[in-house]
Amino acid sequence: MTTNLVDLHISEALSLLEKKEISAVELTKAHLAEMEKARFLNAYITETPELALAQAQESDKKRANGEKIGRLEGIPIANKDLYCTKGVKTTAASKILSNFIPPYESTVSQNLKDAGTIMLGKVNTDQFAMGGSTMTSYFGVTKNPWTDENGEYTLVPGGSSGGSAAAVSAGLCMGATGSDTGGSIRQPASFCGITGIKPTYGRCSRYGIVAFASSLDQAGPMARSVKDCALLLGEMAGYDAKDSTVVNTPVPDYTKALTGDIKGKKIGIPTEYRSKELNPEIAAAWDKGIELLKNAGAEIVEISLPHTKYALPVYYIIACAEASSNLARYDGVRYTTRVDGKTLDEMYENTRSDGFGPEVIRRILLGTFVLSAGFYDAYYTRAQRVRRLIYNDFITAFESVDAILAPAAPTTALSYEAMQNMSPVDTYLGDVFTTPASLAGVPSLALPITIAKNGLPIGLQVIGKHFDENTVFQVSGVLESLAGFDKKPHHVKG
Amino acid sequence: MSFNETTIKNIAKLARLHFPADQEEKFTKDINSILNWVEELKEVNVDNVEPLISVSMQEPGLRTDEVTTGELQNELMANAPESAHGFYVVPKMVE
Repeated sequence: MTTNLVDLHISEALSLLEKKEISAVELTKAHLAEMEKARFLNAYITETPELALAQAQESDKKRANGEKIGRLEGIPIANKDLYCTKGVKTTAASKILSNFIPPYESTVSQNLKDAGTIMLGKVNTDQFAMGGSTMTSYFGVTKNPWTDENGEYTLVPGGSSGGSAAAVSAGLCMGATGSDTGGSIRQPASFCGITGIKPTYGRCSRYGIVAFASSLDQAGPMARSVKDCALLLGEMAGYDAKDSTVVNTPVPDYTKALTGDIKGKKIGIPTEYRSKELNPEIAAAWDKGIELLKNAGAEIVEISLPHTKYALPVYYIIACAEASSNLARYDGVRYTTRVDGKTLDEMYENTRSDGFGPEVIRRILLGTFVLSAGFYDAYYTRAQRVRRLIYNDFITAFESVDAILAPAAPTTALSYEAMQNMSPVDTYLGDVFTTPASLAGVPSLALPITIAKNGLPIGLQVIGKHFDENTVFQVSGVLESLAGFDKKPHHVKG
Repeated sequence: MSFNETTIKNIAKLARLHFPADQEEKFTKDINSILNWVEELKEVNVDNVEPLISVSMQEPGLRTDEVTTGELQNELMANAPESAHGFYVVPKMVE
């Protein structure tokens, strides 16, 4: 067998496993070895090799005995360290949860377990998923496996699901869970040259995923192909009585949507995304995507999403407001970490001030302010009203198109140094193309399309109607095969 | 509107946070610049626009009120920084 096991797509590995050409143990060991070699990337917060090998042996046994197996039987994956995993430390990349061992499993990670996947470990993220670089992680930044022009590992993987993106990109797992509140799956996918989908709000259960902004948080998969994302999402999604926002509707077999045919599909190109700040190379990559879809027989339609420019400020008001409320639970009473104080309030203050990093504190302060008496209507309610206008923009646009094509991020991966010198508002601008779909709750998939002059991947996103992930996959599948993106990061080329 | 040294003290108190003076100054500056940036929302006409609270398409349903789990006391207390007799222990509140 000459194929490098860590380069395989999930769909390829499944067929090799089925033909018994490889075993789950071999596949798992190859990934564990790669993880060890790539520890300098700091993609994982917690590695679980013993657990993974035990699961892999169990999986091989099941297959050998002809027992009932899952649809992803024997596939090694990683979970973002925001997903509660029973008996395995779940930190949200924070100091305040640095020793938290959940007594229960999140619904999505349980679904993936039930599908036969093997967990290799827990991957890094921005602290409480707040950030776009993994630089806010208490456990240190993850390095992007793609190097800068001097061949140095100086670039961020994006975030918040930056550990997931780096691990998938570098072959440290075959796929990973991510979560997307304002772009946290799509932006890192774009920075690391991989594929990731934020499904419709209400498609996946949020039960057991550490909450950031509940009206926006959505789980989704990250992998090295559109088909792999379709396979993973098919298992992750589904009704769950433990999360009242999950819609009780059947989950289709998304791989069936990959027909390779998009003739006659109407693809919207939002005028407002072509802002003057748009990097010319990203704009050219977008044009390339448009051209490819046109060649495949799609009809390209200019559309307008008039309230696009307000999405970022609306997002930051709503997300911070919800975060300030969600993070009130970390009070030094229930979750492992406490800093003593003379009174109860003093203990709360000491614990929280010591346990949260500066970005988390900044967002809690902003959120508390916009929810406080006298400012609630001016900021929070107004943001919710503008959110409806943004939502309506998408509903109107989808009356005339089947899907929308847009850039995923305004730049290629940035360096830590560049990001360190940016103001909070400047870093927030990185979410400019991803927050509108988040606010509207519509599904959006990011995939790599080409390489920029600096050698780094550029991603585009395909946005669809509520619960129409099928069309998103269908269009993305065609774009993927026509773009023929096959570049690997420096780390993998070795 | 300005978010000044008095505002941040009040907000920090509400959020049960405290920090040294130099950080207080930095956070005040940061939040002021964020608030200036979100000012542009004021130019949007939102007359007769209902706030959008949730994009979930699922009407929240009712479930039977019954016990579905139990016997979890030890598991839950395992993460408590301080506990005794199956209860959370906090600093004394009432003299």
